[in-house]
Amino acid sequence: MRFLLRRAGFFVLTLWAAVTLNFLLPRMMPGNPALAMMGKFHGRLTGQALQNLETIFGVNTHESLLGQYWHYLGDMATGNFGTSLFFFPSPVGQVVRAAIPWTLGLFGVVTILAFFLGTGVGVISAWRRGGVVDSVAPPLLVITSAIPYFWVGMMFILIFGLKLQWLPWSGGMDITETPAWTGDFIGNVVQHAILPALALLITTIGTWTLTMRNNMVTTLAEDYVRMARAKGLSSSRIMLDYAARNAVLPNLTGFAMSLGFVVGGAILIEYVFNYPGVGYMLLQAVENEDYPLMQALFLLITVAVLVAILLADIATAIFDPRTRTTR
Amino acid sequence: MRLLKAIAGNAKATAGALLLLAFIVLALVPGLFARDDPTAQTYPRNLGTSTAHLLGTTGLGQDTFAQAVYGTRQVLEIAFGAGLASTLLAALIGVAAAYLGGWADAVLNLFTDVVLVIPLFPLLIVIAAYVHNSGTGVLIAVLTFTGWSYTARQLRSQALALRSRDFLAAARVRGERASYIIAVEILPTMSSLLVAAFLTNALYDVLFASSLQFVGLGDPNSTSWGTMLYWAQNNEALQTGYYVQAIVPGAAIALLGAGFALLNYAFDEIGNPALRPLRRRRRLALPRRLRQEELSRA
Repeated sequence: MRFLLRRAGFFVLTLWAAVTLNFLLPRMMPGNPALAMMGKFHGRLTGQALQNLETIFGVNTHESLLGQYWHYLGDMATGNFGTSLFFFPSPVGQVVRAAIPWTLGLFGVVTILAFFLGTGVGVISAWRRGGVVDSVAPPLLVITSAIPYFWVGMMFILIFGLKLQWLPWSGGMDITETPAWTGDFIGNVVQHAILPALALLITTIGTWTLTMRNNMVTTLAEDYVRMARAKGLSSSRIMLDYAARNAVLPNLTGFAMSLGFVVGGAILIEYVFNYPGVGYMLLQAVENEDYPLMQALFLLITVAVLVAILLADIATAIFDPRTRTTR
Repeated sequence: MRLLKAIAGNAKATAGALLLLAFIVLALVPGLFARDDPTAQTYPRNLGTSTAHLLGTTGLGQDTFAQAVYGTRQVLEIAFGAGLASTLLAALIGVAAAYLGGWADAVLNLFTDVVLVIPLFPLLIVIAAYVHNSGTGVLIAVLTFTGWSYTARQLRSQALALRSRDFLAAARVRGERASYIIAVEILPTMSSLLVAAFLTNALYDVLFASSLQFVGLGDPNSTSWGTMLYWAQNNEALQTGYYVQAIVPGAAIALLGAGFALLNYAFDEIGNPALRPLRRRRRLALPRRLRQEELSRA
């Protein structure tokens, strides 16, 4: 219990750090870039919306920095992120909400697939040291981990989208489709998701395999595995219940940790495939100097990673008795 | 010398070292390999491959091969600059936390953890968005200050294990300052971990910097692989059939990254004998069948 409370405290602290970064960054830059942005949109914004943005970015206010900060924290706590300048006059919250399901659908499925497939290959590779899987998979995955995510996406577009014309490679669905729960629409969405999903899968699977393999190699040398063999337990039981169960713990924490990296990869994959998710939206916001939208998306991504870490902590507490007994 | 021997004895390390060496040579003397000025927009646009232009020309009429060769320099500057700086920063923070203990450790460790979980690439995007057209120096600085946390955590736990060792107690009794003990007594014992950390950091710095440049957050006038990809994307190189413009810089990044990754993987094997390939152990004098039986049990 204490372990989880401590982790929850860490959650709040990190969230606060991310909000503070959002607040400080534009103010730290030479010539406050937000000022230039506000200048560009001069005349379009009036009244409440203008005032709101001015307090968020500290433009035209005569408040002290501390007062501005206090205001800012209040705005963030109440979900008041301001008005999107690119998707004017939609409030930022509404724009973000439209992007979330796309990313969650694509990225959620791929992350889970990559974790299970990658960990599985790692288990087999360590179990049959020097076997076919073990001599091919690790070196291959070391090399694929060095390839930029987005470039894999570009090559997929080139080969499967443009040359072979097997699958659509731009957007989340055809423009002619209208969102509805029909087989036709769902099929269309799935078709559009296949190429980005594959590109993401290929580039993220390696990390799981390599860490799992190396953990598993260490675990297989433990005395309790030897003991299990001496007892004459079946190989599959030893492999899964004795070795893999213990070796997967660091991978669970790593799973949450590297979500941060995978989210980064997903941003570029979405960008390359014009996939209308959170990452694509973030880069759109950057390109159009829509700083309120950018700040909200950065916060959203941070919260997503933090939630994942918290979940992994809970899972670790369930699987690893040692964390439960430490007081 | 021992390091060279270890690299030569490991196939992955040899491959990685050769790749890296080839790119270092390209970065030092690009003029030997490409005769064109990489920025001069003097040729017809979007030429195909030919003997005059090995990899064709870009949408702006520059020689693609010359760009790829000259682009090596900035990528390596970032890889070594940010890679070394963030590893050094990580070493200072991680080891200081472990060595000082108590309050200082609690604060530094918490700080490290917070930086560690804030998603790195989105943060880089946000910072780069405010900066506009980040050049080499800005990229190195940003990558350094955001990319040290993972290494710091690794080094801290390594240093914690060292804390109660006699040679450190001896240094303390001699009355050495904490900064001296950290820099001269502790850090040298962790050299293999530092090298591995540097290789990982350098790999990520290459990927992150190229990614930022690709989405247009770098300096669009710089000569680098990420910028080449940016222009290829702008030029719709894939859709219009000029895909060499996109393949070349991406492949270059992947090759350099593979160099760092292979070296790193090999260093893991050298540092942790349990991970070495099994083939090696067969050289022992035991009969092969017996060995294998034993191995399958171990």
